Amino acid sequence: MSSIVIQDLHVSIGEKEIIRGLSLEFSKGETHAVMGPNGSGKSTLAKVMAGHPDYQVTEGDVLMDGVSILEMEPDERSRKGLFMAFQYPMEIPGVSNANFLRAAVQARLPEDEELDAIEFYQRLYEKMDLLDIRREFTARSVNEGFSGGEKKRNEILQLAMLEPAFAVLDETDSGLDIDALKVVANGVNKIRGPEIGILLITHYQRLLNYIVPDFVHVMSEGRIVRSGGRELALELESKGYDWLKEKKGEPVGAN
Amino acid sequence: MSAETNSIDIDRSIGNFFYNVKSTRDAGVGLTEKTIDYIVDVKKEPEWLREFRKNAYRVFNSKPLPTHWAGDELKEIDFDVIRYYLASGEAAKRTWEEVPEDIKQTFERLGIPESERKFLAGVEAQFDSEAVYSNIKKAVADQGVIFMGSTDALKERPELFRKWFGKVIPTGDNKFSALNSAVFSGGSFIYVPPGVKVKHPLQAYFRINAENFGQFERTLIIADEGSEVTYMEGCTAPKFTTATLHSAVVELVALPGAKIQYITVQNWAPNVFNLVTKRGLALEEAEIKWIDCNIGSRLTMKYPGVVLKGRKSRGEVISIALAGDGQHQDTGAKMVHAADETTSNIVSKSISIGKGRATYRGLVHVPKHLKGCKNNTECDALLINSSSRTDTYPAITVRGTGNATQHEASVSQISAEQIFYMQQRGLSEGQAMSLAVNGFVNDLVRQFPMEYSVELKRLIDLEMEGSVG
Repeated sequence: MSSIVIQDLHVSIGEKEIIRGLSLEFSKGETHAVMGPNGSGKSTLAKVMAGHPDYQVTEGDVLMDGVSILEMEPDERSRKGLFMAFQYPMEIPGVSNANFLRAAVQARLPEDEELDAIEFYQRLYEKMDLLDIRREFTARSVNEGFSGGEKKRNEILQLAMLEPAFAVLDETDSGLDIDALKVVANGVNKIRGPEIGILLITHYQRLLNYIVPDFVHVMSEGRIVRSGGRELALELESKGYDWLKEKKGEPVGAN
Repeated sequence: MSAETNSIDIDRSIGNFFYNVKSTRDAGVGLTEKTIDYIVDVKKEPEWLREFRKNAYRVFNSKPLPTHWAGDELKEIDFDVIRYYLASGEAAKRTWEEVPEDIKQTFERLGIPESERKFLAGVEAQFDSEAVYSNIKKAVADQGVIFMGSTDALKERPELFRKWFGKVIPTGDNKFSALNSAVFSGGSFIYVPPGVKVKHPLQAYFRINAENFGQFERTLIIADEGSEVTYMEGCTAPKFTTATLHSAVVELVALPGAKIQYITVQNWAPNVFNLVTKRGLALEEAEIKWIDCNIGSRLTMKYPGVVLKGRKSRGEVISIALAGDGQHQDTGAKMVHAADETTSNIVSKSISIGKGRATYRGLVHVPKHLKGCKNNTECDALLINSSSRTDTYPAITVRGTGNATQHEASVSQISAEQIFYMQQRGLSEGQAMSLAVNGFVNDLVRQFPMEYSVELKRLIDLEMEGSVG
């Protein structure tokens, strides 16, 4: 089955090792949550998968459908089907959402093929309706002057338009009030299905009340320290991350 | 993939070609009074012009290079090796079929005849010192609009030409306006009769084909009361190893209630020194708008201006400059308020790539005795690499109590995080850069006519695509 396999991954930024031997696998059709306290390396995991240039992989591998992606440029990984929703989406002044998405969709077509504009807008409006986004949105500059909720919703719209095989959602719930959280979670739920594998990275269990994962992994000090079903998230919620520290040294949960 | 480390290889392929065209009229190398006599004789000009030119030549010699405020690059110009007049000796043709094959092919490659068929009211094509083609659509000519080379206008419409020639920009305005006044040749003359609104743009295309050459066209546009006209100019030259000089003088006269829009897309080769003086005179309730885009050249020094002489007249300068490695775009605007209730607007955006340098110089002058004048100045600079440079020298003097001005300036950079974000969506680094740069100038590009904004976007794409790797 189509999957992403992370094998014994070690990642450093400068001299500092942040991920220290992390292994994880998720397949299309599954939703996995990675939880962990601040500084556990969750966001680093997302960025290194997407190919952020600041991080060095010192050991291990990341395979997409059996092929290592670590030597690929970030844009190549994207076109091969890996999407990352940013914790802090960037603003691109003067570039409209519609033009940005057009460029991204166009980048996936063969070089001699021109995007069909009518088809594109039909699909865009369809996805916008699905995510309850108003039409004026297309003309606004990418994320410029957006509220936190609008930025996150825009990430989900891009996800919906690009239809990746795998999506890593980095702290998509951060900075959202409960209403915005519900809207975003609702959007993700609409996208979930057999054609996409999702890795949800979050600090808080509350997101998992709205997007119910198939598997939960707990990350601490650059490793997965526990894996289990969704009940693991609830256990964490009641006991807190300190509970993990007590359990340190125990064998890493199987997955 | 850092946005900091890449070198820029600018694509100049569009205009970088030349044909071996033989010029039978050649003033030779260097500038003396004899050069001027040659030009006057070969063009069969009146004696008053000989005197005018010789006086200008003396003014040119008397003025130092403005290196006390401008860049030292000016010293690279060797006025003694430049050829000041090159032409075939033939009159401009009315149809492309009559234009000599090599020259015709030059303009075909630049897409001029095609644009003419599609959306222009008239075209003038200048090759080195003289126009080789000049045509105006019959419907426009029938309205009384005059569009011809200034060489012809001087002879055929002396009463109109002499009335305004040198009145907006006097010979001694600066060293290069004096140089132009001494050796000018070619350029356009336009007269739009009262109330006539020319729907489609008139276009001039300036092509330098020869090496060690100086092009000195002189353009004069007169929009009579209540008339409207849009003029566009484009320019290219092949890239030679030696410096080429382009030094034009452009004078606009907008009589009461008239509107002139003047659009430039400058894409000279990176060895061209482009030192141009452009100014308009706006009478009562008239409007002059300069849309100025500088992509090419080694050094450009150009500060389009408007003298707001009539009450309620308006002046505007919209300017985009792109400075790549080895380029210096020294551009800006001048707004001289000389009547009550006049308004001016300056919006300037520059992009510096690699070791490129962009300079903004603005002059806004509102004297004390005036009332109800307004000026708005915005200048934004975008730096692509850490070695890129931008400078801003705004000089705004607003006196008196009944006038208002506002000035905003910003410098920004495309961050590595922005590029990573766009790459994560599937765009290559070059595409991401290009999109961000196009976004930066987007609100200005939209003011260009469609055909030009498409061209402009393509030029920016080419520059940015070549800029990473």
